Amino acid sequence: MTIGEAQQQEIELARRLVAGEPGAFERFVELFRNKVFQYSLLMCGHHEDAEEVAQDALFKVFEKLDQLREPERIRPWVFRIARNACLMKRRKSVFAPAQELSLDELMPQAGEDGGQRKLDIADWSNLPEEQALRAELQRVVRQAIEELPENYKTVLILRDIEGLSTAETAEALEVSEEVVKTRLHRARLAVRQKLDWYLRSRRGRQTAERAN
Amino acid sequence: MDPGSHGRESECKRIFALLSEYLDAELPADSCDEIEAHLKDCPPCLEFLESLRKTVELCRGFRPGELPGPLNEAVRRELWERYQRALRARSSAGGAGT
Repeated sequence: MTIGEAQQQEIELARRLVAGEPGAFERFVELFRNKVFQYSLLMCGHHEDAEEVAQDALFKVFEKLDQLREPERIRPWVFRIARNACLMKRRKSVFAPAQELSLDELMPQAGEDGGQRKLDIADWSNLPEEQALRAELQRVVRQAIEELPENYKTVLILRDIEGLSTAETAEALEVSEEVVKTRLHRARLAVRQKLDWYLRSRRGRQTAERAN
Repeated sequence: MDPGSHGRESECKRIFALLSEYLDAELPADSCDEIEAHLKDCPPCLEFLESLRKTVELCRGFRPGELPGPLNEAVRRELWERYQRALRARSSAGGAGT
């Protein structure tokens, strides 16, 4: 299913939900509880916190459902509630100051190699195909996402994992579309940088193993 | 791409800032043309773009994988009651709000 098809199905489900159609409640709870849980798990980092946030967010969603005039806005509406539930949860635990990612620090350097300009980055042409290595790559992706500053992480999760559009993400986070684009780019660059370090260290290990 | 050793330093830097919007097809056609013309003549920027494209693919394919535990019956009942209240409020107000 494409992102567009998933979006249409979710909007259709929201229409059925507000119309009180049979089965819509159960389907909505199942689908959006899971979505909010996944989002909260990456935002909070703890299974129990994410369960609590997903539950609090759903309570809020049904409490305010009479205020949802446009079912096509269901996704940003639910994720705005989820984000606020995460923030409430965080306020109860640890306060983390906002961090900024600098574009310059995410830009790789280039050097000369045999008279040709070459970037100082890993070889991305052959990413690991074996299942165990793909799983390791997934672990690196998870860690890279979890380590992003909160303002960047929430944008990357909504855009690239949940498949919200730039406009939907801006609405969910109550920021401009320009802010979403800037933060998404920097978040992706930061994840890319961590993956690059991993690929280079892996290549280094392979070279050392071959030499032994 | 590399400030200091490349004559088109500022162009590489400007392109670098736009690569996600380029991948997401969110740039106007003239900006895309400009980026594509640059990429043709700049292998380091092209190589970097590919690494970013693969990063985005990996993020899009990533699923946290864990599922929440089963929904507590008391919580489900409370959600259902709130849902029913919301439906009554919608029908009496004719669906006002957001």
